Amino acid sequence: MILNPKIFSSDIEMKATREGFSEGLLLAGDENKNVVALCADLTESVKMDGFTKKYPERFFEMGIAEQSMASVASGMAAMGKVPFIGSYAVFSPGRNWEQIRTTICYNNANVKIIGSHSGVTVGEDGGSHQCLEDIALARVLPNMTVIVPCDAIEAKKATVAMAKTNTPAYLRLSRPKTAVITAEETPFEIGKSQVFFTPKEKAVAGIVACGHLVYDSIKAAKELENEGIFVSVLNLATIKPLDEEGVLQFVESSGGKIIAVEEHQKYGGMGGAVAEFLAKNRPTPMEFIGADDVFGQSGTPDELIERYGMGASSIKEAIKRILER
Amino acid sequence: MTTILSNIKIKELEEKARDIRISIIEMLAEAKSGHTGGPLGMADVFALLYFYMLKHDPQNPSWSERDRLVLSNGHICPVLYATMAHAGYLPLEELKTLRKFGSRLQGHPHREFLPAMETSSGPLGEGLSQAVGMALALRVDGKENQVYCLMGDGELNEGQIWEAAMLAGKEKLGKLIGIVDRNNIQIDGSTDKVMPLLPLKEKFEAFNWHAIEADGHDFQSLNNALVEAQAITDKPSIIIARTIPGKGVPEIENDYHWHGKAPSKEEAERFISVLKNPSL
Repeated sequence: MILNPKIFSSDIEMKATREGFSEGLLLAGDENKNVVALCADLTESVKMDGFTKKYPERFFEMGIAEQSMASVASGMAAMGKVPFIGSYAVFSPGRNWEQIRTTICYNNANVKIIGSHSGVTVGEDGGSHQCLEDIALARVLPNMTVIVPCDAIEAKKATVAMAKTNTPAYLRLSRPKTAVITAEETPFEIGKSQVFFTPKEKAVAGIVACGHLVYDSIKAAKELENEGIFVSVLNLATIKPLDEEGVLQFVESSGGKIIAVEEHQKYGGMGGAVAEFLAKNRPTPMEFIGADDVFGQSGTPDELIERYGMGASSIKEAIKRILER
Repeated sequence: MTTILSNIKIKELEEKARDIRISIIEMLAEAKSGHTGGPLGMADVFALLYFYMLKHDPQNPSWSERDRLVLSNGHICPVLYATMAHAGYLPLEELKTLRKFGSRLQGHPHREFLPAMETSSGPLGEGLSQAVGMALALRVDGKENQVYCLMGDGELNEGQIWEAAMLAGKEKLGKLIGIVDRNNIQIDGSTDKVMPLLPLKEKFEAFNWHAIEADGHDFQSLNNALVEAQAITDKPSIIIARTIPGKGVPEIENDYHWHGKAPSKEEAERFISVLKNPSL
């Protein structure tokens, strides 16, 4: 897999996934004049401002009204538009979940939901704004595609790819700058998982990760390799539809033991999706990295990742635990 | 501005509305569940829209030049289904399948089953936003289609209605016409008791809408309101149509208990005979 050659370097480029989305939205808008953007008073935070400047006639300011925004987008999609709606994940798909269910998914309307500022890495704003439930909320809805990009470049590619599908999709973004681990040449396809780290000897366990914690997972795997423990890492950017074949192959080639790593509640998220599939098709011992049925609090992103047990050291501990099972 | 409806046209619309009401009673009795009061109360509005006002083609439901009609209060769908059947969108015989397994006529509208409808609905308060989205998208494309949104008055309790009302006022959506079924009832009782809406006209005016009151059972009054609303091009319009729930069947008119129940076979026979011969 072609990744950023500086992936293990301390001066790796840092960029927020919302920045990648911003570039992707412009590309999608250049390609298709039916792409429109709607935002609920967070245009700069969600990084729709570039699109707004270039295509003011295709941008619609909804005010602080996420519920109406979801349904307005449904109406626009019914008229052939490809609406991207932007807010924080806690408000969309949080606040407006039933509008997304009824007016977007029940209609199979071609609306793209952009949930920024997900997870505890929102930081100082505190637990009320740190959405740790959105993957669960989105993936339980029929017709919905759910994508959690690992870095800014993948977020850009996912945005462009979403604009070309004809069904509802949710894209989960983060606030802080995070490591750019892929390269422009790294392939991306909705519904395809990718092995991002293969140890130099046969893997005894595997890490399935999504979002910026893919980077922490790769770092953990590299450190474990130096300790003589060999684990591989799968980037599961598309959580729904699940790449069942890719996950099965990964489990078979990774010692049949899996750690799920995500910045989300342990219940109902990406790990849950993998566990549901594996329990039926290939029962597999699993450990889960994520929020342990708790809300977040104020702090720096690094402090909070550490506090809620989602960083590289927690991942390494989980690997050691599962190897004892 | 006012277009006078001829006596012949009014007579024709009255007959359509009566036929729609009879179909509503028949289909609800067959389904053994569903809402009776609201659909009967809105039959005149639907008759005027589908048989006089709307630009539409039942033979070509996806015609791009058609006006859009969003039914926001999906629970009154028997009147939508019955009107669409009488207009030629679906066979009259199919009305008997309402609420039955495999039917295109779902308990609340699901567009996946019946694509000739503009949207799915049921959960209240969501249609006006969709109509606003349609009107915005049509305006971006330079289209002149009219967008109608039908709402219940109880539905106006939903906050999302006012989010959409604010947006439509801000965007000066002259092609958007909302119609409120002002029947004064909701499930827990009268709208005055459950959640007072007055002053309703002024509420919409405060949101920068053009507001009109009309008699929802007087075709001339309704037509005047629609013509007036169409002539307003710099703001959205709302028509508050005063209706009588259960209209046409005096023994259930204005009785909120008939909001959410269907007539028995015997009741249906009685109601239909009254509809066929109001002097009985």
